[in-house]
Amino acid sequence: MKPKFLVGGGVIAAALAYMIYAGVTQSAVYFVTPSELGGRPVAGKAYRLGGMVERGSVKWEPATLSLTFALSDGKASVPVHHKGAPPDLFGEGRGAVVEGAWSPEGYFRASHIMAKHSEEYKAPHDTSQAGVKEMMRTLSGDSR
Amino acid sequence: MIPELGAGALMVALGLAVYGSAAAAIGGRTRRAALVESAQHAALAVFTLVTGCLLLLAWAFLSFDFSVRYVATNTNLGTPFYYRLTAVWGALEGSIVLWAWMLSVYTLIVVVRHRTNAREFYPWVLSVMLGVLAFFLLVMTVPAPVFERLTPVPPNGRGLNPLLEDSGMITHPLALYLGFTGFTVPFAFAIAALVTGRVGDAWITTTRRWTITAWYFLSLGLLIGGWWSYHVLGWGGYWAWDPVENAAFMPWLTGTAFLHSVMIQERRRMLRLWNLALVIMTFALTLFGTFLTRSGVIASVHAFTQGSIGVFFLSFLAVVLVLALGLLAWRWETLGAQGELDSVVSRESAFLLNNVLLVAAAFTVFFGTVFPLLSEAMRGVKVSVGMPFFNQVNVPLFLGLIFLMGVGPLIAWRRASLENLRRNFLWPVAIGIAAAAVFRLLGVRSTLAVLTLALTVFVAVTIAVDLVRATRARLRTGERLPGAVGGLLLRHNRRYGGFVVHLGILIVAIGVTGSQAWSVQTETTLRRGEHTDLAGYRVRFDGLAASEESNHFKVTGTFTVANGRAGGTVLHPAKKFYPQEQSPIAYVDYRLGLREDVYLVLGDFARDGSQATVRLQVNRLVSWIWIGGVVLTLGAALALAPERRRAVAVRSAPA
Repeated sequence: MKPKFLVGGGVIAAALAYMIYAGVTQSAVYFVTPSELGGRPVAGKAYRLGGMVERGSVKWEPATLSLTFALSDGKASVPVHHKGAPPDLFGEGRGAVVEGAWSPEGYFRASHIMAKHSEEYKAPHDTSQAGVKEMMRTLSGDSR
Repeated sequence: MIPELGAGALMVALGLAVYGSAAAAIGGRTRRAALVESAQHAALAVFTLVTGCLLLLAWAFLSFDFSVRYVATNTNLGTPFYYRLTAVWGALEGSIVLWAWMLSVYTLIVVVRHRTNAREFYPWVLSVMLGVLAFFLLVMTVPAPVFERLTPVPPNGRGLNPLLEDSGMITHPLALYLGFTGFTVPFAFAIAALVTGRVGDAWITTTRRWTITAWYFLSLGLLIGGWWSYHVLGWGGYWAWDPVENAAFMPWLTGTAFLHSVMIQERRRMLRLWNLALVIMTFALTLFGTFLTRSGVIASVHAFTQGSIGVFFLSFLAVVLVLALGLLAWRWETLGAQGELDSVVSRESAFLLNNVLLVAAAFTVFFGTVFPLLSEAMRGVKVSVGMPFFNQVNVPLFLGLIFLMGVGPLIAWRRASLENLRRNFLWPVAIGIAAAAVFRLLGVRSTLAVLTLALTVFVAVTIAVDLVRATRARLRTGERLPGAVGGLLLRHNRRYGGFVVHLGILIVAIGVTGSQAWSVQTETTLRRGEHTDLAGYRVRFDGLAASEESNHFKVTGTFTVANGRAGGTVLHPAKKFYPQEQSPIAYVDYRLGLREDVYLVLGDFARDGSQATVRLQVNRLVSWIWIGGVVLTLGAALALAPERRRAVAVRSAPA
């Protein structure tokens, strides 16, 4: 192997190492729980916050596309603001992971909500089904 | 009855695969043909048994046999016929069955094709194939028992994950697994080459078609996966650098590198060690990918289940790596290069650089994917790197690869003269630069987009230059134009098949560039009769309707899309309510176009149907990605067509 190929290889390796380093420092996202975040939130730092959507905390205003809720891990609770409709699989009492940053105004501004899909075996249950059926009736009556 | 029958068949198949693997190896070592033949019979029996298991499982699904836990978990009485069939591989256990079945099919083809034409390698190839198959059969028996019973037998099943009720679920896993398992064959030949010490070119020429086939199916699987993500998941994108996607992308990158570097070995007798290492790496990455996606180790931060399957895959991966690298070390002396790199400006260098960039890309994807594990282990902080990392690091690498796609096929071997460079690249470079200027004048602001598009033009012109020149040469011999082009494509089908694949990749690159640079979106809440505007489109909300399908309820919105010139198109995005799910699943509607897609997702709605929240996206040039996939398919077919130029005599002479 001639020296110039070794030099070339070295240059490529160094460039790659730099790109990876720069990429990591610029796009690192920290996984935190509400209690970890609650202690020392750094404004502007990218976080991925995971917890349970607190019951009774979800407020969704379609007109302004404003979605607010609280994520909790049992010890601490963090208020979250998001602009956009609640995604599929999102709901009270269920897990969610939100990506975003801490806002100086004292809440977590989520740019992205990842709701968890449950893989556990659950028999179809009738309570939620009844709700859906009623909704179907209202909608059908309305559209006819 | 079915569970016992299936589980029994699996046990027998496992025993036979282990026996066959050992018998083939011993037969190869002691040159006892009878033993190899016995292993061959075992392979046939394993194929029959695994096929039987797949059919049993399919039958269990079709007949709603909820006494099988896997069936009860992934289907219910309302699941339509065809989704009951795709549900066979819709979840972990069944996907392993599909994997094993394809591997057994490939093993059978190896027996049929290579029994006589690769005698030296054959016993070892058979041994490796059956060994890998035995591992998957073990997985199906111990950590992921697909025929496990469920007692008491429930009256109805849970149902398939609604997101998997899509036609893409028929083709996507099939293509992806054909790709994954396909790389087992070149890997097995590489091991056979190392064991027998015949590390020359024979194993490469013999497996060339295998490699192209595996590579093609893996590409197709990735593209169909993108299509599924685009039209089912409703986030408007096709690639998210998700660990599951990365798992399939890494072997694609190293497999692509292998596909190219073997040409250097065939032509210049270089890179022996590198090629062996690449194919071992590719195979190991298919295992690693399965480990990543099946064990839940990466999604550890938000994982629900963690089975023992990860341990199995990791252990097998370790065994494979230790054995393969051990063999490499053992044969180290014989792996030295016979040829030397002469010049930096040569086809060898271009291919070598292509390999370096592809492996670098594979490494960055690997690094980014396992980064959360690394940071947690080393610093105790859970940190992940998201899409920005992957894009930022990979974009320069991919731009370099596109550039080399233009340089590699035309530049001279050994040392390119100035004359050679001028002859081949003057026009492509000139037209590429002119194209950049034109794109800029047309108002393309993004430098990255200008650069990418100019590079694709450059590469396309190099292909055109080559085609025109070769056709002219044929015309001079008195051939007519159609005959000349046709003859060229058929006689040099490998070269021109490669060019067509390159064109396909270019078209995909244009689609990716356009969708990244120019897509726009908006989210808004509309009352009935109200409209919203985006990028020249006016979308009006006309109302909601409810309906009941075989296994779910559906709320469908009616939206009229108009864009000035043409009349309106009506789109029907919906929400589907599955009894087994706690919340609805969005059903996207879209109008695809060559220039742009209108893409509509129903977010939320008022229960009386008076208002709805929608996300409207105008996605630019996304269709080019799918068109590129079709072109790529044509190219792969051309490259795989029987070669007319010379009879392919497979050599298995010692190196």
